Amino acid sequence: MATVTMTVNGKSVSGDVEGRTLLVQFLRENLKLTGTHVGCDTSQCGACVVHVDGAAVKACTMLAVEADGTTVATIEGQQAEDGTLSTVQKAFQDYHGLQCGFCTPGMVMSATALLKENPKPTEAEIRHYLEGNICRCTGYHNIVKAILAASGQEVPAIAAE
Amino acid sequence: MYNFDFQRAASVADAVAALQDEDAQALGGGQTLIPTLKARLAQPTTLVSLTGIPEMLGVTVTDGAVTIGGATTHAKVAAETATTYPALSALAGGIGDPAVRNRGTIGGSLANNDPAACYPAAALGSGATIVTDKREIAADDYFQGMFATALDEGEIVTAVRFPVPEKATYQKFIQPASRFALVGVFLAKYADGFRVAVTGASEDGVFRWTEAEEALAKDFRADALMDLHILPDNMIGDIHGTKAYRAHLVRVMTQRAVEALL
Ligand SMILES: Cc1cc2nc3c(=O)[nH]c(=O)nc-3n(C[C@H](O)[C@H](O)[C@H](O)COP(=O)(O)OP(=O)(O)OC[C@H]3O[C@@H](n4cnc5c(N)ncnc54)[C@H](O)[C@@H]3O)c2cc1C
Ligand code: FES
Ligand code: FES
Repeated sequence: MATVTMTVNGKSVSGDVEGRTLLVQFLRENLKLTGTHVGCDTSQCGACVVHVDGAAVKACTMLAVEADGTTVATIEGQQAEDGTLSTVQKAFQDYHGLQCGFCTPGMVMSATALLKENPKPTEAEIRHYLEGNICRCTGYHNIVKAILAASGQEVPAIAAE
Repeated sequence: MYNFDFQRAASVADAVAALQDEDAQALGGGQTLIPTLKARLAQPTTLVSLTGIPEMLGVTVTDGAVTIGGATTHAKVAAETATTYPALSALAGGIGDPAVRNRGTIGGSLANNDPAACYPAAALGSGATIVTDKREIAADDYFQGMFATALDEGEIVTAVRFPVPEKATYQKFIQPASRFALVGVFLAKYADGFRVAVTGASEDGVFRWTEAEEALAKDFRADALMDLHILPDNMIGDIHGTKAYRAHLVRVMTQRAVEALL
């Protein structure tokens, strides 16, 4: 067992983990932050995306011990203290960017990372950036619209509709 | 996953010492190794993390060469070689997806030598030098077949040195489920000729297509490759593409690479 300490959503937390404990297990099981989902557990689907020191990573493909000493952001930390949704979360709601909601935490975390890197992405750039986030429900168009809206850009009718 | 101890190396010397234990294994970004451990295909007793070793991080540019620390992530390579070696930057920026690029490292990719990986094509296509904790290995000698390299047990890729070509391009036909290359071709033009390296296609892993290099030296047009044929026998055949399909794609992707440089 090793003791890890990290800042998660602004709070310092620590816990005992095995070498093999995944970051996503530590978040969900030790910290009870179950907003971060496990879809595939094989690094494909992106449901588990969180930010580690500001960079989007798949929490199912990183060890908790590797995150020792880092700053982690999860979906639970996206809303303001008073519960006001973040711009990206609000846009997902407004543009119906989710159906069952399973992929949504990862989608929101990826979209938030994208807008930090590239505040006004094109539709093509959004689709390219989301390559590692799989959604079985929406067909993606409303997710792309939500991200365009969150970036403050006009939301055009999307080609394939 | 079987359990293991985790150790964070602070220097190359530290990592080399920790890897003396035959049941210890290096951990780069974990984007290949963690899935492998989950499948219980490996059972190291200790994982030695290389990603906190300062001398293995970052990109340096010196007269005509770009040197990348072995623990540098794909995202960092994409960002930091955009002006010095744009084809390498584009290749790194097209690996997997953003989350994979934020963790995966060049050293891990070259040590693993997946037959469909992108970096082996860049290293072989650029005539790069693989720098380890004990020697320098020319890319032409480094790749030794699917998942096989010249690395000894416990040897660490500390850096990779790429001579910067006059121009280069990487053309990747993406296998959309894995996001690896179904076939990828790296084409580079140096003062002394062309280099063509092909990934994704062969059962022997990345290879140089020397007939194409020679044909292009005489006549740098996509049509100059029209009469060249790759034999399907040694190609990979799977549900994503037959041997014949991949053999055909090698030529098509090389022709696209030529078009991209014209
Ligand atoms: C969804 C997904 C999509 C991907 N798509 C692509 C793609 O399109 N193209 C592509 O090329 N790759 C792709 N990859 C693989 C990715 O690039 C990996 O990051 C890479 O192959 C391994 O690098 P790593 O740093 O993660 O190594 P690890 O997984 O940590 O290690 C891999 C192996 O290398 C050894 N090792 C690690 N670092 C070193 C070192 N410095 N010296 C010696 N040995 C070392 C380890 O012991 C292990 O055996 C993809 C991966 C995923 C999960
Ligand atoms: S659960 Fe991590 S990528 Fe699917
Ligand atoms: S909303 Fe159901 S998987 Fe995306």
